[in-house]
Amino acid sequence: MAKKIVVDPITRIEGHLRIEAQIENGKIVDAWSSSTMYRGVERILQNRDPRDAWYFTQRFCGVCTTVHSLASIRAVENALNIKIPYNAEMIRNIIMGIQNVQDHMIHFYHLHALDWVDVVSALEADPAKTAALQQSISDWKFSSADYFAGVQKKISAFVATGKLGPFTNGYWGHPAMKLPAEANLMAVAHYLEALQVQKEIIKIHAILGSKNPHPQTFLVGGMAIPIDPNSQNALNADKIAQIIQYVNLAKEFVEQVYIPDILAVAPFYLDWAAIGTGHKNYLSYGEFPDDNRGYPNGFWLPAGVIENGDLSNVKPVDQQKITEYVTHSWYEYDGGDGVGKHPWEGQTNDKYTGPNPPYEFLDTDNKYSWVKSPRYDDKPMEVGPLSRMLIAYATGHKEVKTTIDYVLGQLNAGPEVLFSTLGRTAARAVETLITINKMSSWIDNLVANIKTGDYSIHNNEKWDPETWPASAKGYGWHEAPRGALGHWIVIDNKNIKNYQAVVPTTWNAGPRDPQGVRGQYEESLIGTPIADPERPLEILRTMHSFDPCLACAVHLYDAKGNLKSKAKIL
Amino acid sequence: MSAFNELLATHGVSRRDFLKYCSTIGAMLALPSTMIPKIAEAIEQDNRPPVIWLEFQDCAGDSEGLLRASRPGVAELVLDHISLDYHETIMAAAGHQAEASKNATVEKYKGQYICIVEGSIPTGAQGAYCTIGGHSAEDILKKVGGDAAVVIAVGSCSAFGGLPAAYPNPTGAKAVRDLLPNKTVINLPGCPMNVDNLTGTIVHYLTFGSAPAMDRFNRPKFAYGKRIHDNCERRSHFDAGQYVENWGDYGHQQGWCLYKMGCKGPETFHNCPTLRWNEGLSWPVMAGHGCAGCSEPGFWDTMMPMYRRLPNVPGFGVEASALNIGTAIVGASAAIFATHGAVTVARNWKNVASAKADLREEIKEHSDDVE
Repeated sequence: MAKKIVVDPITRIEGHLRIEAQIENGKIVDAWSSSTMYRGVERILQNRDPRDAWYFTQRFCGVCTTVHSLASIRAVENALNIKIPYNAEMIRNIIMGIQNVQDHMIHFYHLHALDWVDVVSALEADPAKTAALQQSISDWKFSSADYFAGVQKKISAFVATGKLGPFTNGYWGHPAMKLPAEANLMAVAHYLEALQVQKEIIKIHAILGSKNPHPQTFLVGGMAIPIDPNSQNALNADKIAQIIQYVNLAKEFVEQVYIPDILAVAPFYLDWAAIGTGHKNYLSYGEFPDDNRGYPNGFWLPAGVIENGDLSNVKPVDQQKITEYVTHSWYEYDGGDGVGKHPWEGQTNDKYTGPNPPYEFLDTDNKYSWVKSPRYDDKPMEVGPLSRMLIAYATGHKEVKTTIDYVLGQLNAGPEVLFSTLGRTAARAVETLITINKMSSWIDNLVANIKTGDYSIHNNEKWDPETWPASAKGYGWHEAPRGALGHWIVIDNKNIKNYQAVVPTTWNAGPRDPQGVRGQYEESLIGTPIADPERPLEILRTMHSFDPCLACAVHLYDAKGNLKSKAKIL
Repeated sequence: MSAFNELLATHGVSRRDFLKYCSTIGAMLALPSTMIPKIAEAIEQDNRPPVIWLEFQDCAGDSEGLLRASRPGVAELVLDHISLDYHETIMAAAGHQAEASKNATVEKYKGQYICIVEGSIPTGAQGAYCTIGGHSAEDILKKVGGDAAVVIAVGSCSAFGGLPAAYPNPTGAKAVRDLLPNKTVINLPGCPMNVDNLTGTIVHYLTFGSAPAMDRFNRPKFAYGKRIHDNCERRSHFDAGQYVENWGDYGHQQGWCLYKMGCKGPETFHNCPTLRWNEGLSWPVMAGHGCAGCSEPGFWDTMMPMYRRLPNVPGFGVEASALNIGTAIVGASAAIFATHGAVTVARNWKNVASAKADLREEIKEHSDDVE
């Protein structure tokens, strides 16, 4: 018999996500993904100074806290045809690189791990056996029986207070939890260690950009951190040495903890290499300009499109093929719900037609989300680390191919296992590893360029709006931790006329399109086994494998600047 | 060895480290050293208060800020000092189990728990702009915030409405204080809040059982009592008339004053220059970018455009006339920005101009209070 369940809130994500799922014979047969929060930031952006836009869009998301700044300044630079200095390009790469590494680390240990790790089971572990396990997987320094006994004691003391705080009501003892007690204790120790490591390594943002979250350093035309090896108020050898120190710390943790953990845990969950697949369409815009031609040339990670899992045919990306639908989203279009609009021509008037809160179920036959449905060449796409790694793998990218082949070899599996929940989680780890190893080359490039006497960090030519054309439009792309991110801007008379963001979670979390084709979250849940509908841990596993980030997925843009709607309540 | 000392030992913390930590907190709150034993005593008792952290129209920037906590660190905070019973971004439970945790705390500890709010609260569309578990943000806030011992609004969105409430405020976004007028609400604005100010506020509350002294915007004076401009490490350059004129120029490399690049430090009250961010490593001006004024109410409208310099800053050019220097060196660019900005404001924000003026007036009166 069919049963409809609701998981709201989906926790351990950024933003507000709700999943409704139809369950039959212990499996999901249909699913609906809904975002339940809306702010209207693009509307707020209208008529403001385009040079300020990065500061506003940065607040789309405080987790991936650099990505919308970068997409925004790139969009303005594209519209005004501004080339930034090489130093600024490398500083941006370093900021983006450590953002991806730190964000993936937090995701795995603090947002995703509790789907696979049973904290309560760790209390029963033998610390000596845990130490043996740790020592068998890497040379990590915290590996003694005493150390694990200490962690266990800390957790026991905590549990003894009877107040479990954030661990209350977790899915402890769930039949889908498969790790032995020792692996659980090791993972709990790494959860606590990673809390410490993430706040250290992100200090690179503070050195280069004043603070994190929300570094305050981005400029249309470059960056705001001056360079002068002989000044204590600028980027100098001392600050570069500090950055290298944090890169080394991150590298040590990724190589000795994160990657070995993935390889140690995955064998217990290999069934998840065949669950959570979805449409098998993958999109990446390409990232990290690696040579002195600058953005958008010479990407270290390639752009491309894969359709239907065909790794033998990676197609180039054409931005004209991007459209968004609102058939099942709480907006209305001139021309009706059946048309898709390109971001430059698009419009969004919010029009809420869902049930009045408090409600039990959404009206999933009609509109049911604040997220729109983006399509590429009219097809739904998955974006994120898996898409980036697949496209790089399929095009023969050396580091990616070597690393993925190594991981697949360890798991004794072929590349088809990557189209899955486990594949997404593994691809994110692989990307973390190759990115942290790449960081030193960007630092080297920066240092080599400073050595030539080039201290330039900003192209001032078009800073003054008086130098701008009467109107201009552009787009800026970025491969954010969660995938392909694009901002589109229309500038008119020195002000923002239109602003549109099509963000990673919009691609992944969007509802159905006019043809009824599901979004990627929805499709990926089909066929997922649910052991206990009251405790749908399996839904969290697949949702978290995407690393949802909802606040930025919900946006509003209106070509005419007129918000028509008074929300209509049914 | 007391049970508490044993607990410290299991965490690798000596008694001496612990007392040092208490003195740091004491110094931060500007308390006399005689208060340190009292702080230690409050922390020693295992009476971790339940905390419910609500997220509404937020970006999770303040939650991420919490993860950067260092005094104490987030693991110590969550394991030893508070019982974080509900926080969507980090809690293990999801769906109705998550909601059950929250409701259990509200019932069991009515009037005793701390409610922390991140993000503004939309009042339009009958609550449909933000729902959690099918309930509107406004209903959740009134229920959970209404029964709390104290409410702490972290970040500028929950403290003042923030970005969602910026013109034209498409969703009718409001601040916590607007919706809980009879409640003690401690505002910790900033974009995001500085987590050291949050841990300082919590320790103050646990130690004294009351909110710290606050200004007219309900901001604790220990964190928002001084103007950025007055504590700025570049103040001497302002007084000497040494200004950055272009990004990357000699003055920028030498750490001169960012006033002409739009710095809002002269109108902003926050402890950034002294406390700094990420364990005291840096803050915007130190890293070469001006202050955006993010801890002031309505800064998204009153402080923007970001790169337009503030008009009529008191004490402007004590040692040299910046105006003359400006004319001599740049002339064009700063003046053009000023005009451009002024035109933008006049054309687009006519209908909020008076509200904005009132707000600026209030901020000014606040400045006068402090002088």
